[in-house]
This record gives sequence, C-alpha cells and structure tokens, in this order.
Amino acid sequence: MADLTDLGIAAIRDGVAKGDFTATEVAGAFNAAVAEANPTLNAFIVTTPDHALAAAAKVDAARAAGQPLGPLAGVPIGMKDLFATQGVQTTAASHILEGFIPQYESTVSQKLWDAGAGMLGKLNLDQFAMGSSNETSAFGDVISPWRATGDTAARAPGGSSGGSSAAVAARIAAAATGTDTGGSIRQPAAFTGISGIKPTYGRCSRWGIVAFASSLDQAGAMAHDVTDCAIMLGAMAGFDARDSTSLDLPVPAWADQLSDNLTGLKVGIPREYRIDGLNADVARSWDDGIAWLKDAGAQVVDISLPHTKYALPTYYIIAPAEASSNLARYDGVRYGLRELPDGAGLQDMYAATRAAGFGAEVKRRILIGTYVLSAGYYDAYYTQAQKVRTLIARDFEHAFREVDVILTPTAPTSAFALGKKSDDPLEMYLNDVFSVPASLAGLPAMSVPCGLDRSGLPLGLHLIGRPFDEQGVLNAGLAIERRAGFSAKPAKWW
Amino acid sequence: MSVAPADVAKIAALARIKVTPAEVAAMVPELNGILAWVDQLGEVDVTGVEPMTAVIPNHLRLRADVVGADPLTGGGIRDKVLANAPAPEHGFFGVPKVIE
Repeated sequence: MADLTDLGIAAIRDGVAKGDFTATEVAGAFNAAVAEANPTLNAFIVTTPDHALAAAAKVDAARAAGQPLGPLAGVPIGMKDLFATQGVQTTAASHILEGFIPQYESTVSQKLWDAGAGMLGKLNLDQFAMGSSNETSAFGDVISPWRATGDTAARAPGGSSGGSSAAVAARIAAAATGTDTGGSIRQPAAFTGISGIKPTYGRCSRWGIVAFASSLDQAGAMAHDVTDCAIMLGAMAGFDARDSTSLDLPVPAWADQLSDNLTGLKVGIPREYRIDGLNADVARSWDDGIAWLKDAGAQVVDISLPHTKYALPTYYIIAPAEASSNLARYDGVRYGLRELPDGAGLQDMYAATRAAGFGAEVKRRILIGTYVLSAGYYDAYYTQAQKVRTLIARDFEHAFREVDVILTPTAPTSAFALGKKSDDPLEMYLNDVFSVPASLAGLPAMSVPCGLDRSGLPLGLHLIGRPFDEQGVLNAGLAIERRAGFSAKPAKWW
Repeated sequence: MSVAPADVAKIAALARIKVTPAEVAAMVPELNGILAWVDQLGEVDVTGVEPMTAVIPNHLRLRADVVGADPLTGGGIRDKVLANAPAPEHGFFGVPKVIE
C-alpha cells in the first residue's frame, strides 16, 4: 500500500469507503507527518491532532454502522488560521489576536466537518492575509518544501495562504482551505505545485472568516489536483443567510461534471498580460498551456483587457481602504490584545494596543486606507479606484461575450527566496499582477501546476471564468492537468 | 500627491495607531512610493462611469423580524461574548476611566 500521506481527497475518501484503510489510520499518518515536519516548515500555528482523530473515529463508526459517508469522509485537512474554529485559537497570524478562542465555528469550516473532514491544525498565513510570501506572519515565516536545484536557500511558499500551500505540497495535509483577496490562493498554489481555486464572489460564506477586504475576500480550496479542488469546493460552497453577500444559488455538482473535452470552447489570451520582460520560462509555460487547451478541442482567441495595468493600483487603494475599516474593530476592548500604559486613557489604550498588536505591513495598509478615505482625498483616490474597478469588470464582461474562459500565467515568476522582496512593498505587490484583476471583478479563477522552470521550481497556469462558471474553470484546468502530466514533488529534506 | 511627516502623524492618529517620530520618518518614503504609484489611476478617463458598489449583482436580504430566530447570533449569550475580553467586569467590557 502506498504511503497514506501521499493520497489526496478522492483517494482517501474512496479508500476509507472501500475499507482499504481506516480513517483513523489516515489521521494518525498525517498527524505524525505534521509533527515531524512542522518544526522545520512552520506551516501550522497550532496543531490539533485530537480533532483529526475524533473526526476520523466518527467516520469509522459511521462506516461500521453502514451509514452514508460525506464527500470528504476521513480526509484530514489544514484550516487556514483566518477561519474561526470553536475552541481552537484563531489569530489571523497577528499578535493582536494571539490567544483568541472563538466561541463559534465559521460556516465554511462547519460545512467541511459536516462533510466528514477532520482538522490537523490551523495554518500559518501572512498577517491578516496581507502579503504574498508569508513573511508578515507574527508566528514566523513558513518555509516552502520546495528548493531550487542545487540551492538550499529557503523559498517563499507564496501568500497569503502560505501555510496551506506548504502543507499540501509537503504532503502533511491532504488538502487545505485558503482565502483569496487578490491572489492569496492562486499564487501560493502556483509557487508550490498544487491546485487552488477561488470561486465566484459570494459562493462561499464569509461568516466566521477574519475580514480583510470584504468586497474581495473569498474562501476556496487548495489540493493536489483539480478533482480534489472540485470535491472540496463543493463541500465549502452554498448559501448562508449570515453573510449578506452570500449567493442564494444551488451549488452545482462540479466534481461529477468534470470533463476535459473542451470541444467548442473558446479560450481567450489577453495580450495585456504579456508584460514587458515576462520571465522566459513563464512565457513558455503559457505557450504550453495554449497548446494543451487546443489539443483538448478548444479554440484559442486573442483578446484585450485594456485596463489590466490599472488593476494593481486599484487594488492597493480598495483593499487597504476596506482593511482600515474592518480592522478598526481591534481596539483592546472586546477581544484580543490590550496594551494599557500607566495612566493611559481610552484613546491612548486604543493607539498603544494597535501599535503593539499589528505588524508593519498591516499598519502600512491601515495608514494607506485611512489616507485614501480621509476628507479631501476620498474622491481622488477611493471613488476614482471604484470607477476604474467598474472599467476592469467591464473589460471582462466584453471579453466573455467572445470567449468562455481566459488563460494566463498565475504569477510573474516561480517562488523567490525568502527575504528577497520583503524590503520593498511595491515589488512584493507586483506578485499579484495576474491574479488581482479577476478578484476585482469577482470572477472564479484557479491555478493548476504546469511544469518546472529551469531552476526546478513549479509554475502555475491561471484560468479565469465567467461569474458562476466554476465548472468551465475546473474543466479547462483538468484539460491542462491531464496534458501537463505534472507529477513533481519536493524532495523531502525536512 | 505626497505626504509629509505631519500628514503621516495625522493619519496614524486617525487610525489610532501610536507611532514614534522614527517610525513616521521611515513610513514617509514608503507611503509616498505607494501613493506615487497609485496616482497613475488619475490618467484613466472615467467620464460617465459609476463607481462599483457590488461586484456580483445581488439584492440585500432582510431577515425575518423575529428576535433570536438564529440562536447563534440572536443574543442571550453574554458570557460567550465576554469570553475573549481582556478585562471583563461584572458582565461588561471593562475600559479605562473616560470621565473625570
């Protein structure tokens, strides 16, 4: 029998259902792998082996009693530490929430437990999901399991879902939740050779997810492959009256309808994404992707998304503006850290608490957001950005009259070494140049691994679909996956 | 547009984040770098374009007007609400004295 920790969602669920192994054996194998790897990779902020074992015991008992099993029965997953988990510390990787124990469960995590999954622990991330390398966490950097050929430098697992990507790539979690505000599922998936999907805005409830930028935040799935992503997303999605932007639509049976036959499908290649100085290996992978989709029966069409270059600056007004408002709740009164200098009044307590609790990048974004929303600057920055956002969404609307899905690279490079970009916020922001436009337009998008670059590091291809058309994104992703034949895994050095 | 140290100190005060003069000095060039970069949005012609308010068309629902219809959010859970408070007192959130 293969090593249990090499298995993904479908293989574990089916193996448990058939009786090839028990859910308890699977949970035990993953718990051991986490215990061995985590001191080095730092993917988990806290581990919850008992949660994984308890969920597995329930699945094994249900199977023994002949009861129906859920779509993730027996699958141990990692939970990004942005989801409130009842009784288990939830920090958003910030000192300001250290020790916070939610009294309730987020909708998405509850749905996953109801589907039979168990929790291995809470996964590290960029603080408040603000970052592209997992270097802004108050609980230390996550180290990618990947290394460049002949180089032992620690690589970024991407961000903000860097603990999620590292854990799945290292095979210490069968799958993981992520959240994506401007690329936080897709870029880390690309950096670590796994698949990750962000659904249409509103598919997954935001209730119980620590808020960053509410008009952009969406939960999604990170897993070995497209099929596992489809299964997991199906369990996570669905209407929730507790989230005012939740989509009141049935969840399609994405996993059952997967097909890599793209006959009649039109795939758009946006010329604006062929940026000056595009990395040669990334450009080659994009050409490979075009050839694979043609091989699957699709027709490839050149398209234009004229406002692409304005997407990143638009994002870096809107996301900080929303963050500055959302993060006003961390005041040292109701939960989290309190700093009360001697003789301090209420206002001093707020300022001291927030100075001590937030990391540098979080402060930077709160200040930018406060500035662009302040009197005298609101129209010039915030209103202008929301108008440009309308134009960016309109670009996609026009393109989707002509094509069914759009193919681009996921990120401009493979994983960089830790510390390489952390001194320059703007250079770090450029990592999301290909992923941010779809976020601004609320569109479903996914990254699938497509190969290794010349330094032996994974690259991802990025598919963007029409609103509500996760199926189109998944099917095109499956077509690439089957033709790319990506099977590389990081060599175990930890 | 660009910011001077006094602007950064004012923004930080609005955001209720205590900053030292050294932190302000470090933030000025960082924020100016970001602001100079986002200034390029000014060149986009937005004549007649409405600012986006909802990324996916949706209607705002009203819940049933029933007290406690959702037991999770309906109230009557004081101790849970206070469970993570740094300084709860007598069933309330404790704060430093605000009135002399």
